[in-house]
Amino acid sequence: MKAAAFSYVRPSTLAEACAILRADEDARLIAGGQTLAPMMAMRLARPSQLVDIARLPELAGVADAGDALVFGAAVRQAEAERSPLVAARLPLLAKALPWVGHQPTRSRGTIGGSVANADPAAEIPLVLATLGGAVDFMTCDGPGHIAAQDFFAGPMMTALPADAVLTAVRFPVWSTPVGVGFHEISARRSDFAYVSAAAQASFDEDGVCIACTLGLGGAAAVPTRLESVALKLAGRRMTDAEIAEALEEAVAALEIMTDSYASPEYRRRVAKELGARALRDARDSAPGSRP
Amino acid sequence: MSAPVTVELNVNGATRTADVEPRTTLLDCLRDEMKLTGAHAGCEHGVCGACTILLDGEPARACLMFAVQADGYRITTVEGLAPAPGELGIVQDAFCETHGMQCGYCTPAMVLTAHALLARNASPTREEIVEAISGNICRCTGYGQIIEAIEVAARRLAVSNAGVEGAP
Ligand code: FES
Ligand code: FES
Repeated sequence: MKAAAFSYVRPSTLAEACAILRADEDARLIAGGQTLAPMMAMRLARPSQLVDIARLPELAGVADAGDALVFGAAVRQAEAERSPLVAARLPLLAKALPWVGHQPTRSRGTIGGSVANADPAAEIPLVLATLGGAVDFMTCDGPGHIAAQDFFAGPMMTALPADAVLTAVRFPVWSTPVGVGFHEISARRSDFAYVSAAAQASFDEDGVCIACTLGLGGAAAVPTRLESVALKLAGRRMTDAEIAEALEEAVAALEIMTDSYASPEYRRRVAKELGARALRDARDSAPGSRP
Repeated sequence: MSAPVTVELNVNGATRTADVEPRTTLLDCLRDEMKLTGAHAGCEHGVCGACTILLDGEPARACLMFAVQADGYRITTVEGLAPAPGELGIVQDAFCETHGMQCGYCTPAMVLTAHALLARNASPTREEIVEAISGNICRCTGYGQIIEAIEVAARRLAVSNAGVEGAP
């Protein structure tokens, strides 16, 4: 359980990091390392060099862009978890963060690393997909931008160019007050989720849903936003019956993942139930809702 | 094998150097180079928590970091918690008294985790204690006495911080 030999570099600028990636296709970025380090210990990953980007100033800090919070890719999960800005502006992410790994892995793990890793069961990618966010990246050719729905390509696969550094993650902030819900199920607390569900909703003063969104993690190969649920529930009061009906069809249409832990039937059943709970929580915690 | 590099780490308040390969984990560096064997090697891939250390006061897994990444942080191992050689800190004392250990393999990590929790939250609920140690596996105790140890330590710390005379 020891990593194979590699060399270690800590570039002082983003441009330098991009140049290293372009020159050596076996080089890998490391920031928090909470997934890469175990992969290396098990020799499932054998990078020629580790490019440590954790301290790059270009990747630090959380900025409020009005309609989004923009996280430098190297912002630690623990830092986001403690941030009053995140709690106030992105309650869905704040609610999901305590479910990410364990406290000692969140103290090292980064927001950008989790997104780039694209584990279908991971919470941060789920929140990004649910809110329809985006990522920024940089290569030697210049900056780029990919919307969440085009970013996650499959389990542990993304549309990020091979020699790109993911630089920032953008989580949209709604202009109206929101309620949020988050649920997940796993064998043990904080283990990989079989299914997780994230929801956000907003209501007008008559108790009618202006907008809502629901995303499921662990169920499909990528974190998936259920567009049909959002369309069905907008303009309604979001009663329990309306929620159940919207989910019935949407989950039936999903291509469910299967592995040795949970059967597709189980995942589908749980997806429906957790999706409904997340939506009900979002509704019940939103100002103005009157189902 | 790749060429060793010199790392300079701040461990338990002192600056220590070691020549290690880049692939040497912080855990192996602490144990093998610095002879700080309080951080235990369990799974060595991030699932058991036996290797827990504090990085700038926050629990982290020493097996999931390479020593070359660790400069510039305040690193605390269990050896750094005792007030003086041969003495025990309040948290350690509480673990002894409540039998918060059996084989002791998980204990340094549990003690450090408890220490960090109590530094952040002086009177944690049982829920919060359970949550804090949820990343640390104990194969012996069933956790009950570990939780009790942390509750006892919290009460003692509250009393000692209040400076009450004749505190237990
Ligand atoms: S030895 Fe580090 S988590 Fe198990
Ligand atoms: S006391 Fe033996 S593992 Fe915890």
